[in-house]
Amino acid sequence: MQNPYLPYPVRIDDIITETEDKNLKTFKLVFLNPADEENFSFQAGQFAELSIAGKGEIPIGIASSPTEKGFLAFTVNKVGLVTTHLHNMKVGDIMGVRGPFGNWYPWDLMENKNVVIIGGGFAFTTLRSSIVYMLDPANRSKFKDIHVIYGARTPGMLLYGDELSAWEKRDDINMHITVDATDDPDWKYNIGFVPTITDQKAPAGDENTYAIVCGPPIMIKFTQPVLDKLQYDHDHIIMSLEMRMKCGIGICGRCNIGKEYVCKDGPVFTLGQLNNMPKEY
Amino acid sequence: MLTYIDKIRQIAEGFLKEGTVDMVIGFRRGTLPLMNEPCLIKRPEDVKKLVWDSNCGINLANYLTNRKEKIGIVAKGCDSRNIVNHIIENKIKREQLFIIGVPCKGMIDRHAIEALFPSEIEEVVEDESRIVVTGGGVEQIWSKAEVLQENCTICIHRNPVVYDELVADLVVEQKDVDRYEDIRRIEGISPEEKRDYFNDLLSSCIRCYACRNACPLCYCPTCFVDASRPQWVGKSQDPTDIETFHFLRAFHCAGRCTDCGACERACPMGIKVRVLTKKLEKDCLELFDWETGMDVEKRAPLRTYSPDDPDDMIR
Amino acid sequence: MKCVKIDKKLFAGGIERLQTSYRLFGPVKDNNFHDFQALHVGETPDPTMLNTRLSPKSIVYPQSELMFEYSLDDSKKDSHILKEIVADNSPRVVIGIRPCDAKAFLLVQHNFDTLEYKDPYWVRAYEATTFVGLACNTPCSTCFCTTAGSGPFHEAGSDVLLVDTGDYYVAKIITPKGENLFKLAGWEEEAGSDNAAGEIENLKQAAEARITTRVNTDKLREKRTTDLFDASFWEEFAFSCINCGTCTYVCPTCWCFDIQDEVSKTAGVRMRNWDSCMYPLFTYHGSGHNPRDNKTKRLRQRFMHKLKYYVDKYEKGIQCVGCGRCIRFCPVNIDIRKLCEAMNNFEPAQKSI
Repeated sequence: MQNPYLPYPVRIDDIITETEDKNLKTFKLVFLNPADEENFSFQAGQFAELSIAGKGEIPIGIASSPTEKGFLAFTVNKVGLVTTHLHNMKVGDIMGVRGPFGNWYPWDLMENKNVVIIGGGFAFTTLRSSIVYMLDPANRSKFKDIHVIYGARTPGMLLYGDELSAWEKRDDINMHITVDATDDPDWKYNIGFVPTITDQKAPAGDENTYAIVCGPPIMIKFTQPVLDKLQYDHDHIIMSLEMRMKCGIGICGRCNIGKEYVCKDGPVFTLGQLNNMPKEY
Repeated sequence: MLTYIDKIRQIAEGFLKEGTVDMVIGFRRGTLPLMNEPCLIKRPEDVKKLVWDSNCGINLANYLTNRKEKIGIVAKGCDSRNIVNHIIENKIKREQLFIIGVPCKGMIDRHAIEALFPSEIEEVVEDESRIVVTGGGVEQIWSKAEVLQENCTICIHRNPVVYDELVADLVVEQKDVDRYEDIRRIEGISPEEKRDYFNDLLSSCIRCYACRNACPLCYCPTCFVDASRPQWVGKSQDPTDIETFHFLRAFHCAGRCTDCGACERACPMGIKVRVLTKKLEKDCLELFDWETGMDVEKRAPLRTYSPDDPDDMIR
Repeated sequence: MKCVKIDKKLFAGGIERLQTSYRLFGPVKDNNFHDFQALHVGETPDPTMLNTRLSPKSIVYPQSELMFEYSLDDSKKDSHILKEIVADNSPRVVIGIRPCDAKAFLLVQHNFDTLEYKDPYWVRAYEATTFVGLACNTPCSTCFCTTAGSGPFHEAGSDVLLVDTGDYYVAKIITPKGENLFKLAGWEEEAGSDNAAGEIENLKQAAEARITTRVNTDKLREKRTTDLFDASFWEEFAFSCINCGTCTYVCPTCWCFDIQDEVSKTAGVRMRNWDSCMYPLFTYHGSGHNPRDNKTKRLRQRFMHKLKYYVDKYEKGIQCVGCGRCIRFCPVNIDIRKLCEAMNNFEPAQKSI
């Protein structure tokens, strides 16, 4: 019987410090057994449990794209016991990955549609996965216009800076990068909160447009009225939730919202679905 | 008992009608024999739910922690001492409270009766001195004194120490009680025997924390046993972790415990956890001449500092 | 259905014979309470018990269970790599499990044994276990099994159901697992099935008549989750709750667990321990946010899970078998029957449009 709690062993291949406060690092992980990579077949929007022997596990969204082969990437915020330990680990160290878990952004529904990605802070990880996935030459033609509204407190707190610059230069993706505030004279993008920039830059909602919203609760709270104003149908607003999780497979019982387990039935829900669920997240 | 109940209801109704309090905390009839349930009454017409008998062993001070309202609270001797302790520890203000003092004659040990009675208990009726238990076609009568909670049999503060109203005349306090016979016995055994004794005492613990959560003293926002950074105690059924929890909890209650017995009453496994808290209570009495919750002006010995402390270690 | 008659005088002998093929568990009285324990040679289940204090769930799903082991010694090959610990899954038998508790395993199975994921620890232990049920001739005053999808003579979940008829047990053989066990025990005297059936039916009716409390669950399914969630009664029910884990730990159908690593020097294990939705840390995020940050929310979760979420998710009725343990052992007398009634009868206030 397959043991869904058994992590695949992986080696830390690279560690990138992403933000100026050094609290966010991206870990590139390589499977020790190549066959495990085959089994770990995932979609953009899913997450995995990172396992550190002696410390425990932590559920983290997969930041690499299914189109990127040979490694997995996770961008991890230093908050608790496991993540603090992970931040102190080095290239070459052995750890584990379990997954992929949860559902994903509805790629089949979004085919031939406009996709508006709205992200804030360090919740941009699975959104990065999604952008890389959509921009892959094999996939780009499946989607119509792509808009990305991404904000952080300061320029130094934006994740994936080099990639953001590269995407800015492309003409098949509309980037709207913003920061809450900056005194950097060279800052050439937007200044303002994500909901404001969404109001200014996002296309109006229609049956051919989906919005994927991922960010801190305060951003979500103020973005929702903007999307309502832009007439996005609640079934076209896609969100990814965070919850305290342990098993990742809908068994240990702690991450439910109503009858749904965020780890297995989510973490991706439409706003339409969330409207009918208890407000307990 | 009826007069107690009538008086409690009358005082509570008065408090609520006059707006002296926003709510009254007391007991209502439970769904099982030997069980009453703590309840919150907000409307004068609901005071008829309030009851009093020998099944009010839960310590109501536990329900006061950090409340902001003006509260009427039904308090027997031990509850009142925990209220005093709560006031000293800034968990509630005296000005918020209107204490309905109940001179107490002891609470029935429901675990003991369930063990003594040969069948399932269907009904329990009590009068001044006796309780009549029926079930499975059997009737058995005990004098109350025989079936009191152990802490009640050795209680020397049955009357509330603070109150705003009394529901009856004060009862005569028990005198010449040997409170620490069991503790002296354990103090006298060898270390090996002690280890075996404590292993056995705690072997059936399921870590439900009913003892801790029924205790008015255990209001820490995060208990040391739950903390994860750092994690002091393992979470499994390892006996060492279980014992660590119980021993440290007892120490954290030193000089604060009134021996109200709520912990033992709450324990679903019938563990005599009071043995631990009582040892420390005895130490506080012997070392510091300290009894908890007798005076709102006096701080517990482990919370006071005096430049002329006889102990070098602390000076 | 095959019925076997066991003379009580021959019961101990059969139990003895089973010792060579199975690990045996049965209700044993320890101090004042019965609990399921491993039966040593010569020991038999105590027939005087009404029911055990703790449910027998721990025989399949221990409160603490090792999952993996590993070494943190970097000089060792495979250090930091987890290896599965497989427990002793040799055949075991639970003798004297009450029908409610046997049924509870079937409710819990929907969680641990799904099409997508199988919890190997639970599934292996469950499959290794044969359940010999013991019908309840004298249910307790807190039993409400007959309206909670079970009953004192309910057969679902048992491989054999024993009925105590006085000098004899009459056993209904329900599954091949049960049949095999009875062969090994040497209990093969067929009871005249008409007679036996009549005798069992009489005892069953008498037992059911003794169950005087009930829950109504018929309207739970049709309620809107969000209406029940926002109902005003939660605060009142939760007032007395002290947020201990007693109800969840004595419950045969509560399954939540936590996963923990423990290390001694360089030897580590990953284990799981029962956890409780009553505990504040159950849902505490690393960020400090807690979606269930007070006891009312936690109490609501427990009852919504049992009486609404489970009902909606699996369409197998409520996640409760009516054993009454949570009622008997709750330190403050919170009574699931009252909660169920409030939920089933709840009508949301008319919303103004």
